[in-house]
Amino acid sequence: MYTSISDGIDGNANGGDEREQAFNARLDRAMKIEPSDWMPEAYRKTLVRQISQHAHSEIVGMLPEGNWITRAPSLHRKLILLAKVQDEAGHGLYLYSAGETLGTPRDEMVAALHSGKAKYSSIFNYPTLAWADVGAIGWLVDGAAIINQIPLTRCSYGPYARAMVRICKEESFHQRQGFEIMWTLAHGTTAQHAMAQDALDRWWWPSVMMFGPPDSESTHNEQSQRWRIKLFTNDELRRKFIDQTVPQSEKLGLRIPDPQLRWNERTQHYEIGPIDWEEFYRVIKGDGPCNKDRLQTRIDAWEDGAWVREAATEHARKRAERSDAA
Amino acid sequence: MTKGWPQWEVFVRSEAGLAHKHVGSLHAADVRMALENARDLYTRRNEGVSIWVVRSEDVHATDPDEAEAFFEPSEDKRYRFPTSYHVPEGVEHL
Amino acid sequence: MNARVEYVLRFGDNALVLAQRLCAWVAHAPIMEEDVALANVSLDLFGQARLWLAYAGELEGAGRDEDALAFHRGAGEFRNVLLVERPNGDFAETTVRGYFYDLWASLALAELSRSKDERIAAIAEKARKENAYHLRRSEDWMIRLGDGTEESRSRMQRAVNDFWRYTGELFLGDEVDATMREQGVGFDPTALREPWLERVRATFAAATLDVSSDVWMQRGGKQGVHTESLGYLLAEMQVLPRTISGAAW
Repeated sequence: MYTSISDGIDGNANGGDEREQAFNARLDRAMKIEPSDWMPEAYRKTLVRQISQHAHSEIVGMLPEGNWITRAPSLHRKLILLAKVQDEAGHGLYLYSAGETLGTPRDEMVAALHSGKAKYSSIFNYPTLAWADVGAIGWLVDGAAIINQIPLTRCSYGPYARAMVRICKEESFHQRQGFEIMWTLAHGTTAQHAMAQDALDRWWWPSVMMFGPPDSESTHNEQSQRWRIKLFTNDELRRKFIDQTVPQSEKLGLRIPDPQLRWNERTQHYEIGPIDWEEFYRVIKGDGPCNKDRLQTRIDAWEDGAWVREAATEHARKRAERSDAA
Repeated sequence: MTKGWPQWEVFVRSEAGLAHKHVGSLHAADVRMALENARDLYTRRNEGVSIWVVRSEDVHATDPDEAEAFFEPSEDKRYRFPTSYHVPEGVEHL
Repeated sequence: MNARVEYVLRFGDNALVLAQRLCAWVAHAPIMEEDVALANVSLDLFGQARLWLAYAGELEGAGRDEDALAFHRGAGEFRNVLLVERPNGDFAETTVRGYFYDLWASLALAELSRSKDERIAAIAEKARKENAYHLRRSEDWMIRLGDGTEESRSRMQRAVNDFWRYTGELFLGDEVDATMREQGVGFDPTALREPWLERVRATFAAATLDVSSDVWMQRGGKQGVHTESLGYLLAEMQVLPRTISGAAW
């Protein structure tokens, strides 16, 4: 017997204990799980949710920075930004491709995004109001994303881990270009410096929130860590981000908008003021400044493109018919 | 709504002399588009000199349930490897 | 202005303005694979524009670099053909505009790659390879969408009818063209018309589209007289360097 790799794998509902034990044994030995291997339904579901959310974040994430492609202030910056936003489309596609190996077609994942059922990173519901925001996103948001993503190159699911390896490699320039923009602005004219500080003021807290709710309130941590699809907790990753970013802000000569921020000698970590979790949950629920616009833009692109996708399908059908007749 | 475009698996030869390697998948309506999309998506950083695309439904795989029958029998056939043989000291070119 | 500066600017501005149009598609394309593909074309064209504009600046000798030329000239100083500045419209309009340009550019760049001006020849040679891929893609899309559904065919035919009036200018010569041709630097644009039409007819036959006829041709872009849409394109593109002057980015 053989299987086609595009079939997806059905339920495996009667997997039974033996298969589950074998699956757990593989996890314990840090072996990868591959698409056609048996896996518990909950593992599959959680992965589809996590991978598709990640993919949606890449795709929706194109929009805030994409705003500035047509207005980038030099040809050099324009090329960098365009290549970066293009990478995000590419990374979305690598991730959907990994998600599809679990048997859920991309169109289905995208439909869940458009209906509002699927989530994406809440950071992209904030507006990019000035050119410095492009710098702040590269420096802070991509900086946070890298911290999240690097451990995932070692996650248990083969296609996801391989996609993450490719993505991390390609994204290595993303954070640097953002920092370079901030550096240039911070050392530029007074107006430019003010623009950079303003961007940091607006993007700092949303970036800190990107790692998700505190461990005490996070619902998926434990099981996901057992499955090795989450290797560190939200708070561990957040701390790492703060520890590496604060010194960078000092080098830039920009002020982190947190009066309670201070270095703790004893723990050798920074301590920050309280995070406004109410804002976080409000933005996730759809009340961020741009939730509606972002989603509508994606829906419009999809709906406006329907005739193109249909035409290409029809043309392929006609061609196949002609070559059959010949 | 018409059904989505078919899925294709993409294989890239990264340089002359190396085999094509699986890099991921994509969607395209026809084979020319699949090759063009593969070029645009998977070789943005000079990663390829040749691309194969295959409809995902045409790639067939062994069933993991039969992995024992397929792969374990070769495990104990050490005699297929040169390291299983004793070469007396001083004998060369063997 | 020096004829050669003028001449080089025309190619630079064509690439720059079309690239600026195309980059606005990214994140809005009919399918995500096409976001990536359109970004690639746009990146190629911006890259070409930089090479042309940098050279134009050097030839001019007034200390203007690629960014000074891109961000600090008004619409009347741009030398691109009208075709490339026309708005994106729907995917059919973008496809038809791209195909008309890509096909013309494939012929023009082949001529320029034999230019006596080595710098021009080198830029054209690099651009020619990129352009060959753009043409492959746009021709494929012409055929797919022309010979697709009823709706796609009618959108494509409408786009062809709209854009045809901007194709005449591609093959019109003026004094600058004549001077460049005499010097062995440039080519005669009228000579490209027949080969261009021949390939258009072949593509349109496969795409089941009709070639427009009896259309009054618009002109003026090469001399700096543009359509209204260029002013908006430049206002958006140039806003930052013009707002904060004297800044590095």
